Amino acid sequence: MGRLRRGLDALIGSMLVLDTVLVYIFLYLPIGVLILYSFSASRYALVWGGFSLEAYRRLFTDRDVALALLNSVIVASASTALATLLGTMLALALERTRIRFQQGIEVLAYLPIVIPEIVMAVGLLLFFAQVLRPVFGAVSPMLTVLIGHVTFSVSYVMVVVRARLRDLDRSLEEAALDLGATPWQVLRKVTLPLLTPAIMSGALLAFTLSLDDFYVTYFSTTGGSGFKTLPLYLYALQWRAAVPPHVNALASLMLLASLALIALALLMQRKAQLSR
Amino acid sequence: MNGRLLWWPGLLWLLLFFAIPVTIIALISLAHRAPDGVIRWGFTLENYLRLVEPLYWAGPFVNSLLLAVLTTGLCLVLGYPVAYSLARQPRAVKNLLLFLVILPFFTNFLVRIYAWFIVLRPEGWLSEALRALGVDLVFLGSPVGVLIGLVYGYLPFMILPLYASLERLDFSLVEAAHDLGATRWQSFWRVIFPLSRSGVIAGSVLVFIPVLGEFITPKLLGGGKVPMFGVLIEEKFLGRVPDWPLGAAMALALMGLVSLVLIRSFRYIKESRWVG
Repeated sequence: MGRLRRGLDALIGSMLVLDTVLVYIFLYLPIGVLILYSFSASRYALVWGGFSLEAYRRLFTDRDVALALLNSVIVASASTALATLLGTMLALALERTRIRFQQGIEVLAYLPIVIPEIVMAVGLLLFFAQVLRPVFGAVSPMLTVLIGHVTFSVSYVMVVVRARLRDLDRSLEEAALDLGATPWQVLRKVTLPLLTPAIMSGALLAFTLSLDDFYVTYFSTTGGSGFKTLPLYLYALQWRAAVPPHVNALASLMLLASLALIALALLMQRKAQLSR
Repeated sequence: MNGRLLWWPGLLWLLLFFAIPVTIIALISLAHRAPDGVIRWGFTLENYLRLVEPLYWAGPFVNSLLLAVLTTGLCLVLGYPVAYSLARQPRAVKNLLLFLVILPFFTNFLVRIYAWFIVLRPEGWLSEALRALGVDLVFLGSPVGVLIGLVYGYLPFMILPLYASLERLDFSLVEAAHDLGATRWQSFWRVIFPLSRSGVIAGSVLVFIPVLGEFITPKLLGGGKVPMFGVLIEEKFLGRVPDWPLGAAMALALMGLVSLVLIRSFRYIKESRWVG
């Protein structure tokens, strides 16, 4: 009995290690394969044909990719700026002021995070088709995508900033008020400087979400206008055997770009912790 | 500070581009389908009645639920040992390993699915290796491929809350159970697992909900042959035979289902400290 039990225990222990190792392999296997294939010399993305940098050379001369990249960066920058402003204001309002229907507004501000993204995307599609276009005529797809991205980013920025605001020592703001500062001065000289790290990480989150977004972008351009961000470009390639090889290079670089963004985020967080 | 000035911009934005769009979905779900697939306004429940018609609905509905349940189950079985192993590591190792779990998840969703597309294709080395072993599995265009993609995409959502609850677990309780003669198997089921319940529930919800509305993974890895909620919704809006009212009813039904799950489990998600 004792031997059986010890044997069973050892078995459970080794299964634990085995599962953990397998999960890590599972997590990194496709990424490794993708990067490996981006250095393939084959004319097809899915066939290995020896080492070459040809795919990268082609990628940098592809006009469609450059255009999609440009669109992605424009939309991400603009939506981040707007969402950070609106989200920070909302966070301040929710934490530091009271108005009527506060609870209802709070729910409204959190809902875009909670509901399935496809529902939000469908709502925007219908809104653009039923309200925006009948009222304003043709609307540029970049504008509709921008509106969509701001809408989901506002809530995320709000959550990040609000969490920091809640931990903030209220007495600093009260001291400033006691010393004769106007509420506007308190906001500018006390609250906002203390909030800067949170606002920056909220902005970074908004930027990443925007670059990454598929559902809202896809529905906001009604699936098939000429306007393409990088994710839409990838989606529109009709994945079959003959995917051009520069797609591997593009996907690998997008991967690296996200990693660089995380590194930046971590660095900023570290700095914020040190300055506390 | 002037509260109103802080409130209005964000609130107005959310009302205009979130609350109104969701209301439009609700209105359209009650309208009739016009011959061109778009809308003839009216008040009818026929779209919702069609949702419960077993013949029409049974396939995709069961498919979606089954895949979501399977994904959640697999994530739990794969993720639990990882979260447990992580929680028992020394602090520095812990943080590094946790970071490695989250890292792939920060990269673009489409890029990750594309990477799996390379790995899973029929001429790929994985299929070749399996064929050499006598297993002829078709991944792309089958539920198996979709399942792999879904588990990959949502595994971190399971591991993080599990880890959060296991990390706070008092392991002296487990030692006490061992001292009292419990086998590892017993101490797991009677001590560890019940104490990590909030993490299990939070993780399951965080995987189950987004998977229900998934559209990209089944579309790209399933090749359109694995119908899920999200795929159907997209088809009704942007497919060849549009039916906006029915699509709107589907989107709202999905939202209702998600709200139900969230309301029932909110306490546990909060307990696992993964929200707010």
